[in-house]
Amino acid sequence: MGAVLAAGIGYWLIKNAVESPDRFLEVTLIGITNGSIYALVALGYTLVYGIIELINFAHGDNFMLGSFQTNGIVNAGSFQIPFFPTSFVLAIPLGAAATANSSSGQKIYTILACLFFSMLFCMVINVSIERIGYKPLRDQPRLVPLITALGFSFILQDVGLIWRGAGPQPLPNILPTGTIFHWRGATYSWDDFIVIAVTIPLLVALTYLVRRTRSGKAMRATAQDMDASSMMGINVDRTISFTFALGGALAGAAGAIYALYIGTTKFDLGFRLGLFAFTAAVLGGIGNLSGAVLGGIVLGLIQAYTEGFWDARWTTTVVFSVLIAILVFRPSGILGEQVPEGQ
Amino acid sequence: MSGEAGQQAPKASRPRATTSSWRASWRRYRREHRWLRWAIPLAIIVLAFSYPWWGLEGPLSFIFNDGLGIDNDTLFNMSVYVMLALGLNVVVGYAGLLDLGYVAFFALGAYTLGWFGSGLFSTRDIHFLDTNATRLPGIHLSFWAVVILAGAVCAFAGVLIGWPTLRLRGDYLAIVTLGFGEIIPDVFRNGDSIAGHNLTGGVRGVTQLDRPGFGDTLHNATGGILPVRYNSLELRPWFWTILVMMLITIFVNLRLRDSKLGRAWIAVREDEIAASAMGVPLMRTKLWAYAIGAIFGGFAGAVYGSFINGIFPTGFSFQISVIVLVMVIVGGMGNIWGVIAGAMLVSWLNFRGLDKIGEWINGGIPGSGNDIAIAKYKFGIFGGLLVIMMLFRPEGLIPSSRRKAEFAEGEGTATLYDVRT
Repeated sequence: MGAVLAAGIGYWLIKNAVESPDRFLEVTLIGITNGSIYALVALGYTLVYGIIELINFAHGDNFMLGSFQTNGIVNAGSFQIPFFPTSFVLAIPLGAAATANSSSGQKIYTILACLFFSMLFCMVINVSIERIGYKPLRDQPRLVPLITALGFSFILQDVGLIWRGAGPQPLPNILPTGTIFHWRGATYSWDDFIVIAVTIPLLVALTYLVRRTRSGKAMRATAQDMDASSMMGINVDRTISFTFALGGALAGAAGAIYALYIGTTKFDLGFRLGLFAFTAAVLGGIGNLSGAVLGGIVLGLIQAYTEGFWDARWTTTVVFSVLIAILVFRPSGILGEQVPEGQ
Repeated sequence: MSGEAGQQAPKASRPRATTSSWRASWRRYRREHRWLRWAIPLAIIVLAFSYPWWGLEGPLSFIFNDGLGIDNDTLFNMSVYVMLALGLNVVVGYAGLLDLGYVAFFALGAYTLGWFGSGLFSTRDIHFLDTNATRLPGIHLSFWAVVILAGAVCAFAGVLIGWPTLRLRGDYLAIVTLGFGEIIPDVFRNGDSIAGHNLTGGVRGVTQLDRPGFGDTLHNATGGILPVRYNSLELRPWFWTILVMMLITIFVNLRLRDSKLGRAWIAVREDEIAASAMGVPLMRTKLWAYAIGAIFGGFAGAVYGSFINGIFPTGFSFQISVIVLVMVIVGGMGNIWGVIAGAMLVSWLNFRGLDKIGEWINGGIPGSGNDIAIAKYKFGIFGGLLVIMMLFRPEGLIPSSRRKAEFAEGEGTATLYDVRT
C-alpha cells in the first residue's frame, strides 16, 4: 500500500514538474527555505527527546518568544525582558533599530544582534523550564513531564500574549532583496539564501559540538544510558541542562530567522509550527540529528508542494496525516530513531 | 541529631493521624447508617434539579450569574464539561491512555447534529419524529435519535482512530491523538467543497440547528409538563436535560468502574504485560476505553451544538482538549468524584469564575486600578495549574486511593505508559 501511495505521489510531482518546471523549481526552493527553519526547531525537539525522552511541547512557544525578541530588536532597537505575569518589560538599549532604508552596516549589525540575543533569550528560557519543571519529574511516569511541558507551552503563550498583545506583530524587511538567479518565471533572491546561509553554519557548529567536544560526548553518553554515565562521572544534570541550552539556542535562531524572513509573528504561532517541527523530527527519526534536518527539509517540501500544487487550506491535514502515517507504519522514521536504551 | 529527628517524627505525623481518624469515624458512621448511601446522592440530585427555583436569583447567583439574569447558561456549560471530563476520564484515568485530541469527538458529535438535525443538506427532505413547527428542508431526525447517533458515530470514529494507533507507546499515542484533534476540525473547516459538495458549511459553520423537544403528543399526554420543543429564552428545560445526561454519564462511569471491563482497564493501566499475561485482551480493552470515552464526547457535542445553536470549526480548538485534560488532572485521574469536582471548578473558572474574580479584584481592591483584564491570563492560569499539579500533586486534588499508590510507588510506574509492541 505504501509503495502504491509513493508511486502516486511521485507521479503527481513529476507531472507537475513537467507541466511547469519553473513553478516547480520555485516551489521546491520555497520548500527548502521553510524546511531549514523547521529543521532548526526540529533539532531542539530531537535533542531533548534523544536525551530524556520528553516531547517538549514548550519548544514551539519558545521559538515564538524568540521571534518576538527579534521583532523588538528590529522595531525598538533594544533587548527586551518581559516580566510575567505583569506587562512590565525591561528594555536594554542596543541601538539596533533598523528599517528597510537603513545602511547596510546597520542592517548587518541588527541581524547579528537579533540572532545573538534571540538565541540567548530562548536558551535562558529553555534551561529555566528544565530546571523548574522537568528536573524534579525525571523519575516520574512519562505522562507527568509531558503534561508539565503542555502547561509550560500555555504559560509561554501567555507571556507572548501579555508582552505583545493578540494581533500579528509586523517588522520591516531588513534582509537584502536582490535576485541571485532568475530562470523563466522562477527567482531565487538573497533573503531566501540568507535563511540557508544562517542555518548551515549553525548545523555544522552543532554537529561539531555533539561529535567532537567533551560536552558532546557526555551528551551522547547520557542519551544512551543515564545511570551508567552518571556512574562514569558525567554530571548528568549539567549535561541535560546543556542539551536544553542548545535546543533553546537553535529555537532562538529559528525564531530570529523566521521573523526576519516572514516579516510578521504572532503569539500563537509556536503551537502549530512547533507541531510541524516535531513531525519533522519524527519523520527523520526522533533523536537522530541528521534525521531532524532531513525531516525538516522533507516537511518543508511537503508543505510547499501541498500549497503550490493543491490547496493551502489542506496543509494542516496533510502534515498531520504524514505524522500519523509515520508513527503507525514506521515509528523509527527515515533514518532510524536514537533513543535511550533499556526502556 | 538523631534524637531531634526522633522527636520530630511524631509531630509531623500527628495532623495526618487526626485526619484519618476523622475519616475513619465518618466511614464508621456511614457504615452504621446505611440509608446515607442513597440519601446523600438523592439530596444532591434534588438540590441540583430544584436549582432554578432556589438558586436563580438566590444565594449562589453571585457565583454563577453572568449579569444577564440567566445563570443556567454557566451551569449548562459546566455540565457539558463535566460530561466531557468524565468521558476523558475513561480514557486517561481508567485506561491510562493520554488523549490530547479529545476535542475531535466533541466536534464530531456537534457535526453529527449538523448533518442530521439542520438544514445543511437543503436539497434533501428527510424527517423522522422531528419537533420543528414547520416542515423544514434538510435532514431532520428526532433530537434524541441524533444524540444517540452522535454517540454511535463517535464510538465508530474512536475505534477507527484507535485501531491503528493504540499499539503505539504512550507519548507517541498522545501525539497521534493530538494530530487527529487537529485534523478533524481542519476537515470540518475545509469541508464546504469536497468534490463539489458542501458537507460541513466550511468556516461559516452550521446554524439553525434543531432543538430538543418531545412533540405535541407527549406534550399533551403529560398535561404540558414536557415542552413541545425547547427555546432559547426558557433555559430551565435545557438545564434539566443536561443534568439528566450528566447523571446518566456518572451512573455509567460508576458501573463501568466496577465492571469486568473497568478492572481490565485498571490492570492495563498498571501493568500492560502482566494484564496481558493474565488473559486481558489488550487491544480490545483499550479500544473499548477509546470508544466509550468518545461516546460521551459525542453526546456532549450534540447537546452543546444545539444549545448554542451554531457549530463553527473554530470552536473546537486544541485548547478545549487541554482544558478538559486540566479538569481530569486537577480533580484526580480515575476518581469520578474528583473528576466531577475538577471539571466544575475549572469550567466555572473558564466560563465565569475568572471574569468574576477579575470583577471582585477590580471592584474590591482600590489600588488595582480597576483594569485587570483577567481573560488575558487564562492560558497562563491553566498552564500554571497543570505545572503546579504535576510538580506537587500529580494524583490530583481528590485522587483515587489506587492511583495515589501508583504515583507514590514511582518505580513500577516508570513503564506505565511505555510499552512497545
